[in-house]
Amino acid sequence: MARNVSTGRKAAVTALAWGVGLVIFFPILWTVLTSFKTEGEAINAHPSFLFFDWTLENYHTVNERSDYLAHFWNSVVIALGSTLIGLLIAIPAAWSMAFVPGKRTKDLLMWMLSTKMMPAVGVLVPIYLLARDTGLLDSKTGLVIVLTLVNLPIIVWMLYTYFKEIPGEILEAARMDGASLGSEILYVLTPMAVPGIASTLLLNVILAWNESFWTLNLTAANSAPLTAFIASYSSPEGLFYAKLSAASTMAIAPILILGWFSQKQLVRGLTFGAVK
Amino acid sequence: MNVTARALMGASLLLAATSAVSAQTTITVATVNNGDMIRMQRLTSDFNAKHPDIKVNWVTLEENVLRQRVTTDIASKGGQYDVLTIGNYEVPIWAKQNWLLPLDNLGADYDQADLLPQVAAALTVGGKLYAAPFYAESSMLMYRTDLLEKAGLKMPENPDWGFITDAAAKMTDKAAGVYGICLRGKAGWGENMAFLTSMNNSMGGAWFDMQWKPQFDKPEWKKTLDAYLKLMTSYGPPGSSSNGFNENLALFQTGKCGMWIDATVAASFISDPKESKVADKVSFAPAPTRAGGSNHGNWLWSWNLAIPASTTKADAAKTFVAWATSPAYTKLVAEKEGIANVPPGTRTSLYKNEAYLKAAPFAPMTLKAIEAANTQKPSEQPVPYTGGQFVAIPEFQAIGTAVGQQFSAALAGKATADQALAASQALTSREMTRAGYPK
Amino acid sequence: MATQASQTASRLMLSPAVLLLFLWMIVPLGMTIYFSFLRFNLLMPGTEAFTGFENYVYFFTDPAFWPALANTLTLVLGVLFITVIGGVALAVLLDQPMWGQGIVRVLVIAPFFVMPSVSALVWKNMLMNPVNGLFAAFARGLGLEPFDFFADAPLASIIVIVAWQWLPFATLILLTAMQSLDREQMEAAEMDGAGPFWRFLHLTVPHLTRATTVVVLIQTIFLLSVFAEILVTTNGGPGTASTTLTFLVYMQSMLQFDVGLGSAGGIVAVILANIVAIFLMRMIGKNLEA
Repeated sequence: MARNVSTGRKAAVTALAWGVGLVIFFPILWTVLTSFKTEGEAINAHPSFLFFDWTLENYHTVNERSDYLAHFWNSVVIALGSTLIGLLIAIPAAWSMAFVPGKRTKDLLMWMLSTKMMPAVGVLVPIYLLARDTGLLDSKTGLVIVLTLVNLPIIVWMLYTYFKEIPGEILEAARMDGASLGSEILYVLTPMAVPGIASTLLLNVILAWNESFWTLNLTAANSAPLTAFIASYSSPEGLFYAKLSAASTMAIAPILILGWFSQKQLVRGLTFGAVK
Repeated sequence: MNVTARALMGASLLLAATSAVSAQTTITVATVNNGDMIRMQRLTSDFNAKHPDIKVNWVTLEENVLRQRVTTDIASKGGQYDVLTIGNYEVPIWAKQNWLLPLDNLGADYDQADLLPQVAAALTVGGKLYAAPFYAESSMLMYRTDLLEKAGLKMPENPDWGFITDAAAKMTDKAAGVYGICLRGKAGWGENMAFLTSMNNSMGGAWFDMQWKPQFDKPEWKKTLDAYLKLMTSYGPPGSSSNGFNENLALFQTGKCGMWIDATVAASFISDPKESKVADKVSFAPAPTRAGGSNHGNWLWSWNLAIPASTTKADAAKTFVAWATSPAYTKLVAEKEGIANVPPGTRTSLYKNEAYLKAAPFAPMTLKAIEAANTQKPSEQPVPYTGGQFVAIPEFQAIGTAVGQQFSAALAGKATADQALAASQALTSREMTRAGYPK
Repeated sequence: MATQASQTASRLMLSPAVLLLFLWMIVPLGMTIYFSFLRFNLLMPGTEAFTGFENYVYFFTDPAFWPALANTLTLVLGVLFITVIGGVALAVLLDQPMWGQGIVRVLVIAPFFVMPSVSALVWKNMLMNPVNGLFAAFARGLGLEPFDFFADAPLASIIVIVAWQWLPFATLILLTAMQSLDREQMEAAEMDGAGPFWRFLHLTVPHLTRATTVVVLIQTIFLLSVFAEILVTTNGGPGTASTTLTFLVYMQSMLQFDVGLGSAGGIVAVILANIVAIFLMRMIGKNLEA
């Protein structure tokens, strides 16, 4: 039965939600608007919302100065690579923790999460020395490895919580029907888990995309992603808000568009009500 | 032409191409994202035209990230970079560790004798130059001529702190959003401490005595901090405890500040009508001294190109450094981007160039400020360190930032001047003891 | 028999993740523990020597240590409080039928896509700056004195910035949980005459506990390492008002390059983080058993 909602109520909710949404979005909107201003206009004490001389000058400057596509590509490889490898390792681990829990499963999970609690600034030197000795400085491979490991606990954790929501009876039933372990995973578990996996994937791509400690400190010229692109526009001597805004808009845009198109998956993927 | 011949020719062309590629050396240059370096990056094509065998990869980052990045790499011998952009703070420290290659033979066109002696001195260790200055700055007073006139004052040739306080009081008009003076307040060794260390030098104070004992319990620091707090709390803009160079620049450019004492490089930004609303109403004076004093604070900062000892491409790196810092580069910028945009503060010849002096009205004051800075003797008292607005020891970054936090707390009204000084004295003594001073 | 087979299989499936994370943990951790007992400054090579617990003593007696500990807790708890409350409210709101739900959802999620240093710069300079910022312009428009965010409420301002970045994450997880709420049960309660508040308290809230647990745990981990926001806005000041443990470790290991002291600080931070984690598990572990 579809819920009947009065148009009046719907209108009120819509107005409220749009209001709140715009307030939350405002700093980003402001950044985007600023990217079309001149540097002088960007620091105007009586800021103009829409009525200023729109200019593409900042985008021209940014494009002339840096190779956006190269940084973009590095970001894609690093974010996607580390997430996919992470999933490959995490899916079996989360499966076994969710369906064949041992006495120590909780502790194991907690321990995995605790590996993320080391402040990165404190371990930079050891990791840097290791990367130097293995020749992985300024390489995408090195960053993919590091980010895989950094985000692995989160991936395992998220998948574990989703897998746990899949009722064990369905698996039991499959087993009764004589399904092997392999086909159990392939035909029963996977279809149910795909939405959860998809949203984990999306979330981790976002996390890896924005990771800005390791991606800045382990790269130089060849594998620098968009975080380094941003760092070349922030806080120089002189005015920089408009140029930084343009660079930020360019760095955020791809992932925002991805989010726009996949937001249904992102949210529906976490919905297990349907399988219950 | 038959097929074989064509194939042969193709093959030999390919061979030629490959050998050309293999003869090419790629160097990685790490630099700061300030305007002059961006210009250098843009002019790389000129370097490529002159040296087709060297390919340049740029790593351009903001100052804090770059410093962290480059220091980690050189100290752990990571070997990621062939040319580094570093400050005159790092150069003497790193040179003593043998982390940098001496640059005493940059070629006949380099003309080392033309370098401003104060700038070169800060980069020389044991008689050898360890980094080539790219641009340099000192500090000076920048002020609004219209506001000063309205206040009924005239800028003396050498203003002292008393005059500054008086002028700040008279220029302040908070209702109109005009604050008499803007100074750095954000905690950091290169932020508020650069200003305050320099101000303390001008008051006759020092960071350490000859036994490396911190001097925050001496009257000079007390005088410095009291004067600073009085200026800023009475006549400064709100939010000054989180203002650094850029925040103050934005304030000055939008007409909120009567006076601003900061790096000379700011002069070109506030006189640029494209960015600054007050471009036609600014003038310049030397950084203030104490009444009757002659020390203007000894502020000297230069961005320099250096070559790490770990590089395997020293020759190509040297070729690049020579290109980017020689008089010919100045000429190149003048031709392509206008003479006002050449990197300032490194060469005597630039300040004798009539065209430059005409295009850059702040040039004489900049030169005067740089010439007044003595990095070898930053304080009027005998001190065991070199420097100026900083102390050239490796520990200074962390100590300076921690002390800067204390002083910004005093500015924000969270602590008194005496509390901030006592805490600074304690934490500096602690860190120095830990670092094993006196050495 | 099947059980034993699947147990073996499960071990096999678990081991790559465990092994890798073990290596990732033990190698840097081992090196860090080792370094933490050395006098080892990257800027002064050749002075390395064993010093016992000296680094730890220095770290614990640092005058900034206790304030940093308190600030860390305030930051984490403050952000958690805002994001959980705000997240629940937003999840309830976004779960209602409305026009343009997809667009609103994207608007709400968007802050999560912004890199921390950029959002800090935007908030600091374009919004919160007491002279040039937008908030100051509003305040002046209303005839009020602009509030000096980073001097008068440095930590609270940072909490607001960080909470803005993490609110989307909380909302997303909670919204997902909301959507798995049993509609029929809701409607049945409605038929029985239960008011919206009662339904929220007795049906929605219990249903969201588990999602909240996940939000709290995952966010805590990320919040403990917040530091770009502090570096950009206040540099830990004024005084130590916004210095957190991570920022303290940053000052020692990235400004001073004192690897020994930084390592000791890192180890202390790990131990404290684990204490927090155990504490959290005690408090909310029950939710995970369910």
